[in-house]
Amino acid sequence: MEVELKQLMADLQSLNQSLPDPSLHASLLKIQSRVEHLASLAKSEPVRRSKVKDMSAEVVDSNPYSRLMALQRMGIVENYERIREFSVAIVGIGGVGSVAAEMLTRCGIGRLLLYDYDKVELANMNRLFFRPDQVGMTKTDAAVQTLSDINPDVLLESYTLNITTVEGFETFMSSLKNKSFCTSKQGSGVDLVLSCVDNYEARMAVNQACNELSQTWLESGVSEDAVSGHIQLLIPGETACFACAPPLVVASGVDERTLKREGVCAASLPTTMGVVAGLLVQNTLKFLLGFGQVSPYLGYNSLKDFFPTMQMKPNPQCSNFACLERQKEYILAKPARDAAVKAKLEAEAPSTEEGPLHIDNEWNISVVDDCELDVSSAKSSDILPEGLTHELPVADDFRNIPTSEAPTTDNEDLEELRRQLEAINSK
Amino acid sequence: MEGWDPNTKSTLTKIPLLGTKAGPRDGAAWTQRLKEEYKALIAYTQMNKSNDNDWFRISAANPEGTRWTGKCWYVHNLLKYEFDLQFDIPVTYPSTAPELELPQLDGKTQKMYRGGKICLTVHFKPLWAKNCPRFGIAHALCLGLAPWLAAEVPILVDSGMIKHKDDATTSTES
Ligand SMILES: [Zn+2]
Repeated sequence: MEVELKQLMADLQSLNQSLPDPSLHASLLKIQSRVEHLASLAKSEPVRRSKVKDMSAEVVDSNPYSRLMALQRMGIVENYERIREFSVAIVGIGGVGSVAAEMLTRCGIGRLLLYDYDKVELANMNRLFFRPDQVGMTKTDAAVQTLSDINPDVLLESYTLNITTVEGFETFMSSLKNKSFCTSKQGSGVDLVLSCVDNYEARMAVNQACNELSQTWLESGVSEDAVSGHIQLLIPGETACFACAPPLVVASGVDERTLKREGVCAASLPTTMGVVAGLLVQNTLKFLLGFGQVSPYLGYNSLKDFFPTMQMKPNPQCSNFACLERQKEYILAKPARDAAVKAKLEAEAPSTEEGPLHIDNEWNISVVDDCELDVSSAKSSDILPEGLTHELPVADDFRNIPTSEAPTTDNEDLEELRRQLEAINSK
Repeated sequence: MEGWDPNTKSTLTKIPLLGTKAGPRDGAAWTQRLKEEYKALIAYTQMNKSNDNDWFRISAANPEGTRWTGKCWYVHNLLKYEFDLQFDIPVTYPSTAPELELPQLDGKTQKMYRGGKICLTVHFKPLWAKNCPRFGIAHALCLGLAPWLAAEVPILVDSGMIKHKDDATTSTES
């Protein structure tokens, strides 16, 4: 439309210049100003949809939720509208996080918390979501701009901060704890945290926060060579945390030594990131709405279209203190868990004849209890399924290091040491 | 220690190791860790000076010791190139290394993440992970920043991305 109006203006201009009769100029100018007015209207008033109070299942082209509510009619999801009660925190609004945010926004999620400290730049345009006209904006602001246009029903909170710094981490923690959106909720103020960051440091910070808050989270990642990715479910105390074992990555099949890393830090593809975002949000929906099974770990090797899976139990020697606390709690809660499973099975047994019932959140209870008995199904950190490998080595057990190596004098004053360093620095 | 040059290797082994596994949120244990950081930094700086290889200055920018600022420099073709150096101690330190930043070089090289964070070699993170919590700030500078400057400054100078400060003055005067 904009292009057409511009063309029209140009045509009028040339017509004006070629007209021999000056008496016609006045009326032509009038037409020109009306076209100008139309052009400005077209620019300033994009169509905005209004908020919707209740999700309707009515199939009319004005209902943004009709196709989603159809999931309920078909029996895939028991109660789709519950999605409006859920809060999801997305850490990292890059190639995966921004797409995940858009998917959840279109699905009508209740509330999204967005965290990033970066700005949009032209170098991001090979990925989905951000537009060239958003270059220079913070990723969180640009995301809020686009997402609130797509679906004004979603409550958006944006946090422009770096969660690995002491200050950023504190804000991150308190924002997760805020329960004002759904005061009746147990635990933290969010239902799920999605980690969509691109580095180990930030993942460890998410892990720290989620272990401390006993918050379930989904980790996602795309390899630096852009040809593989993964998602992983982490339930503090119940599954391995991110520090329990060195991070697992999908082997691309390309030899690390032949990989040409000189000159660049990382490659990226909209395809791999889109696939990983899709897998991440699909598992988010399954987790929140209680249908299907949530994958404990799902890898994606795009070169071979291979999807390795596995599950990991927590490491009793994990270096993360909060993880060990959660592990203790999980073991203590085992009798209560068993009783709940039993009660559930008994309650469901007679009703099975009434039709296809959903085994709500089955993965949450039975899958893990199975592997408590069947040790072989849960892989130890040494034996990995085909196609998966560890990204980093395990730390040497420093407790076994002779104490003579570690400095033992702790009666020295910190201020004195600081002065000493400054004295050497100024020499 | 595969993939490291012998010089880096021998320097690294002379920096005192640390013993306390504590991050900035760990209260008194962090104070203890900070003392160890200072001792390692003092020893490393002294060692560089006595080997005539002084190449950085760093000091805590806040009383908590969670933010550090300073300078680092590299000599190429007998000219000294100096850069601001800064980093935060991450909440998950020392499980994760500090991300060293050279803000003046942001956008000038591919070997950098946004914000001027230097892009480390494939060898750095595995070695850091393996040696947690014995490596500290001094080790990160020795293993991370020193090899980065040695590899990148000559490229930046030769490609004209950075100019020596005397060059810059003469060119503006002429
Ligand atoms: Zn753990």
